[in-house]
Amino acid sequence: MPNLTPALTLEASQLTRRFGKQVVIHNVSLQLKRGEVLGLLGHNGAGKSTTMQILTGCLAPDSGTIKICGFDLQRQPTEAKAHIGYLPETPPLYKEFSVKNYLIFAAKLRGIKSNEVNAALDLALQRCGLTDKRNVLIGTLSKGYQQRVGIAQAIIHQPAVIILDEPTVGLDPAQIRDIRTLIRELGNAHSVILSTHLLTEVESLCDRVEILQRGTLVYSGSTAELDKLNGVAGQLEENFIRLTEVKI
Amino acid sequence: MIALIAARELRSLLSMPSTWWVLAGLQFMLAWIFLTRLDAFLEIQPQLAQIANAPGVTASIARDVCNVAALLLMMLTPLFTMRVIAEERRNQTLTLLLSSPVSSAQIVLGKFVGLMGFLLLLMSTTPLMLLSLQIGTTLDFGLLCSNIFGLILLASCYAAVGLYVSSLTAQPIIAAITTLGVLLGSWLADMSSSALDSPWHQVSPLYHFQNFSNGLLDTGDASFFVLVSGVCLLLAMQRLNAHRLQK
Repeated sequence: MPNLTPALTLEASQLTRRFGKQVVIHNVSLQLKRGEVLGLLGHNGAGKSTTMQILTGCLAPDSGTIKICGFDLQRQPTEAKAHIGYLPETPPLYKEFSVKNYLIFAAKLRGIKSNEVNAALDLALQRCGLTDKRNVLIGTLSKGYQQRVGIAQAIIHQPAVIILDEPTVGLDPAQIRDIRTLIRELGNAHSVILSTHLLTEVESLCDRVEILQRGTLVYSGSTAELDKLNGVAGQLEENFIRLTEVKI
Repeated sequence: MIALIAARELRSLLSMPSTWWVLAGLQFMLAWIFLTRLDAFLEIQPQLAQIANAPGVTASIARDVCNVAALLLMMLTPLFTMRVIAEERRNQTLTLLLSSPVSSAQIVLGKFVGLMGFLLLLMSTTPLMLLSLQIGTTLDFGLLCSNIFGLILLASCYAAVGLYVSSLTAQPIIAAITTLGVLLGSWLADMSSSALDSPWHQVSPLYHFQNFSNGLLDTGDASFFVLVSGVCLLLAMQRLNAHRLQK
């Protein structure tokens, strides 16, 4: 199914969003191809989460357009949203549900046909390492496992665009490694946007980096380019700090 | 999609222990009222038999039980409607619905259908109890049906009001108190105005229920319920859309 999607899966141009008088996002444009992992970086309050909320249709932008697999998010929200998987900062979990029932609900909500739900469920459970937790109530799971359920609901319908807001927060090192492997794997067939504070994560996962600073994009390029911005390789952290502090 | 969201709503409601307590308490109260009314009816039956055109068993028992059920429904509906949107907002699960390929209309209607399913379940034993009278006597099915029909309309009106109020806040308790305030307030406005043609009667759902309770199917009363439900659901959809545009 993912192979039928056009090469350019997400196209956002000149997004602007205000909260009251404060401009949170200013003129942000993003493009994402199939098979690409994009890292969205920035300090706290730089507008990463807001950008992600706008890209998933949870917030409407004041101006600008978003196209997902060729569908305009404002004009054809149903078609466009069918191609999005979104893990917000707080995973949207119904604590009184078992993992299995919750994921079945999420799958059907995203338009998976009833006869394909079980296969999708098994795959998502297996990918997120939840197979032995399928009948456990979500409310009784640890934070790390809840985060995994959050990721599972975002990928269960095999969307063309997967948007993950700080996916590895609250996980232990072994789980972080598993999730990174999973994201890498997803990045082969889907497009992934992830936001993070961890530069090592960017280094090991992302093909491309966009850095947000106070709602504007200050850098956009491949991870390798950012790594040797001054001509010296291995300076990812220094370059990131320099880029984000220059304009304060 | 509507059925899916409704089923989830129902499942969440039924997974709370408090729901079952309320269900049990309500059944107990309704059964109590039913039995005391039955008892009272049996006591005065010999005297009633001597009056021409005396009220029958349906009018004496079913009407009272349904009236009590209507009153209890007013008190209890806010408990069940308070969570529908407010809690999704507080737990940030609303993002799952908002980022899924469903429209605001489908979300609101799904939740409304789920709530109605639950309220019908809550009310379902009332007609069953009344039907048990059929064993010993004949019932006036017309009157019984108009009472049940009225109760269903009343429930949909309460559910829609509660749903809309729940969409206004992120605190379920505030939603519950506000809904109760609105419902109780409209009833008190009706009760406290003594003039027969006072416009305050018109705002009270329970006032409009009275005709149904007396066995009179009035399109005016029915349209009141349908209008209130419809307007509240539309406003709730509007609120969900506004959530995306929030400043």
